[in-house]
Amino acid sequence: MRIIEIEGLRKSYRVYQKREGLMASLKGIFHREYREVQAVKGIDLTVDEGEFVAFLGPNGAGKTTTLKLLSGVINPTSGTARVMGFVPWKRDNEYRRRFALVMGQKNQLWWDLPAQESFRLHQQIYRIAPSDYDRTLGELTELLSIGKLLRQPVRELSLGERMKMELTAALLHSPQVLFLDEPTIGLDVIAQHNIQQFLRHFQEVRRTTILLTSHYMKDVAALCRRVVIIAQGEIKYDGSLSGIVDRFSGHKVITLQFAEDEPPREADLVRYGQVLEVQPPRAKLRIARAEVPRVLADVLARYTVEDVAVEDRPLEEVIAEMFAQSETRSD
Amino acid sequence: MVGRVITWWTILRICLEERLVYRGDFALGTLMRFLPIVTQIFLWSAVFTARDWRPLQGYGYEQFVAYYLLTMVSRAFSSMPGLASGIAGQIRQGEIKKYLIQPVDLIGFLLLTRVAHKAAYYSVAIAPFALVFFLCRSYFGDLPDHAATHSLTTAAAFVVALVMSFLLGFFLETSLGLVGFWFLEVNSLLFVYMLMNFFLSGHMFPLDMLPEPWRTIVELCPLQYLAYFPVAVFLGKFQGGELARALLVEFAWLAFFVALSRILYWRGVKRYSGYGG
Repeated sequence: MRIIEIEGLRKSYRVYQKREGLMASLKGIFHREYREVQAVKGIDLTVDEGEFVAFLGPNGAGKTTTLKLLSGVINPTSGTARVMGFVPWKRDNEYRRRFALVMGQKNQLWWDLPAQESFRLHQQIYRIAPSDYDRTLGELTELLSIGKLLRQPVRELSLGERMKMELTAALLHSPQVLFLDEPTIGLDVIAQHNIQQFLRHFQEVRRTTILLTSHYMKDVAALCRRVVIIAQGEIKYDGSLSGIVDRFSGHKVITLQFAEDEPPREADLVRYGQVLEVQPPRAKLRIARAEVPRVLADVLARYTVEDVAVEDRPLEEVIAEMFAQSETRSD
Repeated sequence: MVGRVITWWTILRICLEERLVYRGDFALGTLMRFLPIVTQIFLWSAVFTARDWRPLQGYGYEQFVAYYLLTMVSRAFSSMPGLASGIAGQIRQGEIKKYLIQPVDLIGFLLLTRVAHKAAYYSVAIAPFALVFFLCRSYFGDLPDHAATHSLTTAAAFVVALVMSFLLGFFLETSLGLVGFWFLEVNSLLFVYMLMNFFLSGHMFPLDMLPEPWRTIVELCPLQYLAYFPVAVFLGKFQGGELARALLVEFAWLAFFVALSRILYWRGVKRYSGYGG
């Protein structure tokens, strides 16, 4: 069943432009120049119930703007979106009781009070039945192992612990749709891993629909089968993570281990493709996908090869290249 | 309805708890409020010494001090430290998003928070208040027969005026804070407000001392309800139909600022969500 439907969603901002210097500041008092920034330029997207979708994209690509639109914080310039049948920016209480937004850089808990007080407040605001509240809180406390921290003022928690509390607060009302904006930003590797594991388990059990934005490829690889790449406010890719490499990387990396006595010189290898690295008797080549069988046959025929590995290029590299391409194209 | 009351109670309870986290600051802040009254008493005793204790515009020295002590009570209800600047700060820092995402009303939530703050304040301040009034009881010696100490009607009207002054102060400052949706920085606006409040609310001197046309100007302005008006009611300056009419005008001002804050919030959110941030 479709739970999120977005059609032609656009959002542009008017941004105040100020030239450098005091004179410009004085002029700015009377007359201001604005520039139109298109954060989201017409997005179409549908998400089914229970999907875990990652939004990838460089900074300023429009990921967070999209999440803000879907959570009703901002109005679009044009286009439509429906989440669980609601128009987000109408901000119906009924809708607001059924989703949650967690921002890695924003704190929603009461700073000076223990988290359990904030949770109690959420119970009231979201009208959670006492039995549901106790059950969900117990479950989350155990999964995130935060039992001992509930009575400690939030300001005294570590960043990782605080994120766990933020997630607990956001999930207490059992939202059907969850938006996560960089939930692991600034966390160390262990804390990141903990949050990932929790999210994966929680999503598997509850079948919550989750949209996640993250800069950490590990988050995405661990959690999401479906990846949406946004750059310059447009969707550039929508599919599986492994599909990105198939589609955007026309090359493979071949590592050859030659016999000690007669390794080929770099000049001999150039004709196969780009030489990435030569450390005799080993060499790494970047070869066009279609050429791989022919090159391998040729190399094996000419030289004594002890070992060979054919690999896809690392995902990070492919994506970074993609972002760089889309930026140069738009310039 | 029961659910709502429980929600309100929970918000109140949590705000109270938060208020009591910084005990030292809270206690000090509560007690320091009594300091200005001491300087005021000294100031006016100096003024009256110079005048050979002749009354000033119908106010004798005792009446002046009594007036000040009573404005302290009305200001304990109507002053809203940090409310407007807090709202503007939340708008500037984007924390206002929380109220757009969660099913909670910003103004209602802030009102409950403020009630909790006031409740915490009164529960601590009542002892020093009582002490000060006990020590200064001689200044209340010659109150008129229809003052709140003698007449139940006046006492009731005084309570109504106080409660309305709390609400008026809250919605007025909330409206000022919500201007932050347009200007982001409202500190200079707040400074102007504070200054006007100081003179036009009756915080500095009894407003009925003023000559015309100032008297009429002040009466047309809502600020008098924040300090002068409840005291005037207490002292029995308004009676019968006049009292009812004055309370009604205060209520009309309250309704005006409730509506204004609603409109500002509604338009502000629309603007905010139009621009993002």
